[in-house]
Amino acid sequence: MKRPSRLIAELVTVVIAAVIAFPLYWMVLTALKPADEVISADPRPWTLAPTLDNFTRALTVQSFGRYFVNSLVVALVVVVLSLLMSFLAATALTRFRFRGRTTMLIMLLVVQMVPVEALTVPLFFMMRSLGDTVPAFGLNHLGSLVLVHLAFSMPFAIWMLRGFVAAVPVELEEAATLDGASRFRFLWQVLFPLVAPGLVATSVLAFIHAWNDFLFAKTFIISAAENQTLPLALQVFIKPDQNDWGAIMAGSTLMTIPVLVFFVLVQRRLVSGLAGAVKG
Amino acid sequence: MARGDGRTAFAYLTPALLVLGGLMAYPIYQLVLISLFDYGQEQVSGGAPLEFLGLGNYTALLADPQFWTVLWQTVGFAATCVVGTLVVGAALAVLATRVRPWARMLLFLAALGAWATPAVAGSTIWLFLFDANFGLVNEVLGSTGFSWTFDRWIAFGLVAAQVIWCSFPFVMVTLYAGIKAIPQEVIEAAALDGASTARTARSVMLPLLRPLILVVTIQSIIWDFKVFTQIYVMTSGGGIAGRNLVLNVYAYQQAFAASEYGLGATIGVVMTALLLLITIGYLRALRKSGEEL
Repeated sequence: MKRPSRLIAELVTVVIAAVIAFPLYWMVLTALKPADEVISADPRPWTLAPTLDNFTRALTVQSFGRYFVNSLVVALVVVVLSLLMSFLAATALTRFRFRGRTTMLIMLLVVQMVPVEALTVPLFFMMRSLGDTVPAFGLNHLGSLVLVHLAFSMPFAIWMLRGFVAAVPVELEEAATLDGASRFRFLWQVLFPLVAPGLVATSVLAFIHAWNDFLFAKTFIISAAENQTLPLALQVFIKPDQNDWGAIMAGSTLMTIPVLVFFVLVQRRLVSGLAGAVKG
Repeated sequence: MARGDGRTAFAYLTPALLVLGGLMAYPIYQLVLISLFDYGQEQVSGGAPLEFLGLGNYTALLADPQFWTVLWQTVGFAATCVVGTLVVGAALAVLATRVRPWARMLLFLAALGAWATPAVAGSTIWLFLFDANFGLVNEVLGSTGFSWTFDRWIAFGLVAAQVIWCSFPFVMVTLYAGIKAIPQEVIEAAALDGASTARTARSVMLPLLRPLILVVTIQSIIWDFKVFTQIYVMTSGGGIAGRNLVLNVYAYQQAFAASEYGLGATIGVVMTALLLLITIGYLRALRKSGEEL
């Protein structure tokens, strides 16, 4: 391509990138601005007096620290459980031939098409009755969120891990057996480390889904303020006309950073993993 | 395979099957069941007897003008988001192939940021940018006090812009990878045959990208059809008098705000059916274009 037109294209690219990134820049900037600058009638795109006041207020007055931990607990428990269960299921579906295997694979595909948002009503009542016997998994408890996100993240995780398990040669299992490794040992000491790249991509997706969830947190955590998660707390925080935008932006920043870090760390793997999943 | 394999396979599958059966299959069954009953506040907490309505909730829903308004709004809103996402994503994917790596890197980093932002945080940032009194947009435009969420269509437009902002990166990254995967020789051959750039794009690259475009289109339709968070947060639960409702928020409001759980479940069933229809269309289109599943 000719030089001038490429320069113009690059100029356009820089402007577009700036526009796309601007909302995030404004979020972090507002979070760092002193209170009077946030509500100033003449907002400037920089600040000369950055302060952590907004973060302190969000963490103490609005107890965002607590919600941050709640969100983290839910997301991490979902990731660990979903990885273990999906890994076992994917192994069964790739390494063994048994009756009903094809049916199960088709069911896995179909289940991924179900809009889980439609299931709020039945799940609400299920969690309500579950709470009567096992309070930790009932409404207003984090356990209910763990359960639903575990179920929602698993079909895709199994589907994706299947490819990674299939890529490990069967000879390796035979060799391990000859060397006297039990099935259990082979599973955790040979196969599990080998599918690690697949585990990373799946766990990031499971983490993000659980971390970002707003609908189920809103449906299940009705009255227990101490068990709210970040998205819910942030939304409650926004009141008509009486907004502490500095603290709200600090809260948004706290909520965005973990996902952003995750994304940047695994972007390559995520994109190739996704492309693989789309292609099957 | 040795004996006992079936048993081992079953043991490996059990945890996943228990969770999926209990928390996916059973709720789907329950969803349909609840939609057949008059299930309101009296039944839930007052112990009033359940009344079987058959398809009563469905006929009531279809006879309700608000349902049709919400349905068309949902379709229009989703269509706007899908078209916007595809146009922006495709344009930027093409742009990314025409610049040097440093500029592409900037674009991808910015897009990654938008992609990674949680929906609630993203909606909140946009609300602040467009806030009537303290928002930057009003300051710049000199329209302080103007509410971007009051008028029905302006509010929908704002939410759609936010949805496009956080969903175009998926389209951009996928299509960029698709364009990069086209062998250079194919494009050179077209150029040797005297095809112009536009002609190459239309007659050579577009057909090769078709399956990928189909995948991102359907994926976007499925996502944008069930937007919940952005609408809920940005229009405070569906706008004044519910005029910014879409199906998903409507179902939630009917069930959990109006305590009409039966009706809420009915809307859920209708939404699932609509999405299944789209998915079936998707699979058929995929097969037609010769893609393996």
